[in-house]
Amino acid sequence: MARFFDAEQISKTYPGVKANDQIKLSIDAGEIHALLGENGSGKSTLVKIIYGLLPPDEGKMLLNGQRYRPQSPRQARAEGVAMVFQHFSLFEALTVAENIELGMDDPPSRNKLEATIDQIGQRYRLPILPRRIVGDLSVGERQRVEIIRCLMQNPKLLIMDEPTSVLTPQEADQLFETLNELSHEGTSILYISHKLEEIRNLCTRATILRLGKVVNVCNPKSKSAQELAELMVGTNFATASKGSTVKGSEPLLCAENLSCGAVTEFGVSLSDVNFEVKKGEILGIAGVAGNGQEELAAVIAGEAKATGSLRFKGSDLLHKRITERRELGLLTAPEERLGHSAASEMSLTENAFLTADQRMALSSSGVIDWKKTKDFTRSVISQFDVRATGADSPARALSGGNLQKFVIGREIAQKPEALVVNQPTWGVDAAAAAIIRQALIDLASKGAAVLVISQDLDELLEISSSIAVLNLGQLSAAKNTDEITRNEIGLLMGGVHGPTVGSETTVVAA
Amino acid sequence: MRDVEFLGINPAVFLSTMVVAAMPVLLAAMGELIVEKSGVLNLGVEGLMIIGAVCGFIVSVETGSPVAGLLGALLAGAILAGIFGLLTQYFHASQVATGLALTLFGLGLSALLGQSYTGIRPPDFSIPNFGVLSELPVIGILLFSYDFLVYFSLALVVGIWWFLNHSRTGLALRAIGENHNAAHSLGYHVIRVRLVAILFGGACGGLGGAYLALIRVPQWTEGMTAGAGWIALALVVFGSWRPFRVVLGAFLFGGVTLLQLNLQALGIAINPAYLSMTPYIVTIAALVVISGMGSHASLRAPACLGKPFDATK
Repeated sequence: MARFFDAEQISKTYPGVKANDQIKLSIDAGEIHALLGENGSGKSTLVKIIYGLLPPDEGKMLLNGQRYRPQSPRQARAEGVAMVFQHFSLFEALTVAENIELGMDDPPSRNKLEATIDQIGQRYRLPILPRRIVGDLSVGERQRVEIIRCLMQNPKLLIMDEPTSVLTPQEADQLFETLNELSHEGTSILYISHKLEEIRNLCTRATILRLGKVVNVCNPKSKSAQELAELMVGTNFATASKGSTVKGSEPLLCAENLSCGAVTEFGVSLSDVNFEVKKGEILGIAGVAGNGQEELAAVIAGEAKATGSLRFKGSDLLHKRITERRELGLLTAPEERLGHSAASEMSLTENAFLTADQRMALSSSGVIDWKKTKDFTRSVISQFDVRATGADSPARALSGGNLQKFVIGREIAQKPEALVVNQPTWGVDAAAAAIIRQALIDLASKGAAVLVISQDLDELLEISSSIAVLNLGQLSAAKNTDEITRNEIGLLMGGVHGPTVGSETTVVAA
Repeated sequence: MRDVEFLGINPAVFLSTMVVAAMPVLLAAMGELIVEKSGVLNLGVEGLMIIGAVCGFIVSVETGSPVAGLLGALLAGAILAGIFGLLTQYFHASQVATGLALTLFGLGLSALLGQSYTGIRPPDFSIPNFGVLSELPVIGILLFSYDFLVYFSLALVVGIWWFLNHSRTGLALRAIGENHNAAHSLGYHVIRVRLVAILFGGACGGLGGAYLALIRVPQWTEGMTAGAGWIALALVVFGSWRPFRVVLGAFLFGGVTLLQLNLQALGIAINPAYLSMTPYIVTIAALVVISGMGSHASLRAPACLGKPFDATK
């Protein structure tokens, strides 16, 4: 195959960090090339440079043998480079056609555009109605809009930034077909992901980054997922191991016919959700984001009103205030680290006080005991290996992984009887994620009931004792992790409910 | 028809006066509509209007030309808004605080500039001659009795509607107000578009103020905008960021203002202070009703309204 894209000695320095250090990357025509790396390894910086969003400090790029130096995304697109972002760059209040038009430099008339959208949709199996408002679309449909927007330009190099992190396994398979089709037609694809299995299936070459440097270029099919992970992280790391669990028989936290309206603008409402979590059990709630996860977490925490019944240790929770639930021993860590779990401008000590006041008795008669609060904060910091300059450092100064270790550690350190976490390792590097998962397992093995809401299926298969799937606000019946297959979960995520699903692969918790 | 009267009010005359009464807030609100559609919240409309009023007044008195006065007001409004744009877009000052400061600054500066112009009558603003058309019963008064600025403003409303919904630049402007990060990554110039929108909004606000001082009243009094800028801001919300609804709101406001003046003139036994309040109370009531009407995507504020944008993050 002919070489299509070349980057040599790309360097980019931010204050204090060398985000890209002498990076070399080459992609052949029609190749699906993987770019692998942890958060903070410099993947996004490199991609932004290729897409013209950032100028490199040094280095040069060649596209089709020609010098390539985009000053803006517009210029990059004009030269045939397109990108699908991980966090979609879509405009929710606008229609599909308007969104696509915005990505084009020379759009045709609206009618013609709508016809082209239909055409591309059929050809690459990306069906979408051009006049729908994007805010009303599912995540998978939104991604189609992004991809169609790119394909409108007939790109020669398509950059995909973690495209499957928001998709069901079936939607992901469909995406892979689309990508393979494009690759056969000669389009080069730069595929960024940290899901090693899918890279091993899809790509023939991978460039692995660590701390801003290329550490390896290899054929991912010839390496095991474990080997790739070690190259990415640089050290061997242990996967979480399930401890011996002391399972109780009585459900500690149980919901019956729990229903609630959407809490966010484009959220969905929960309808008749039933589940129970016993002592020592980890119930995993799988599902694609935006199917009621936030609503479920908010209802359990007490942030949203609901109907039905929610009982904890036998007492009715729905009429209890947030602080009363915390006093009872039901703690929660919401999804959004900054702004929901933690106040960004406040110090870790202050943030610790905000959720631990009740259970750790950090104040008396309205006066804060700062010494006690600080001691508690320090213990969280050391126990969960939070890298921060100290207990006084503001929450926003911590990296995503460290802040996540802190906000989850803060709850675990309060010795909860039940803990509910939403997306505990979203956007967290593998090492921190491993620590968090182990902490959740340890908590359960000490007898707490743990509810983990996560989009990451591998994570749930690794840590939970049973799994239920949330789809369009409805929760499937929980099944023992050893008895449910990946395929079955995938179908439930896509909305196929029913007891029998053809299953050939039994999932072994990796 | 011509002599039909209601409570001593001739409906055709009432409606045509209502249109004139609505003009200052309408112009300012159309400007602010564009500003907010681009994602910027400029609370300084009151300041822009009063500066437009005083500068328009001074220029037209000094040159003797009302048109020069209007141009002066346009320019003064744009310059003042330019300061707001510079502070908020380049120096990342808070939009709310800067907007409020703009209002206070405008009120103070206009009082200073206008000191020696109180009590003077500005040069007359000629009304275009439509010949026989203006002689037609009812229609003559309703459609052909206005100064050219009224026709210009109504054309501006149609122009803005077309710009927002049918032009590519208008789509880009809406996109920037909706999600500035996404627009930036698609290669649109967020700051540049917003600055132009802010300047346009300032020019419209200035023009609205000049309409008040040169045509509607016409004279200069300190603080003569009397909250019209705030009403313009409310009208944008009232109109759920759609040009024609904003016009409707402006007419409603103009109508209520006029009605209370008429009622006062009739000597109805209500304290005039209460009557003067009614336009504001009606505006607040309308806002409450509107915000209670649900939140479909097409009725919402631009998602990035008031949020600062920093390309380096």
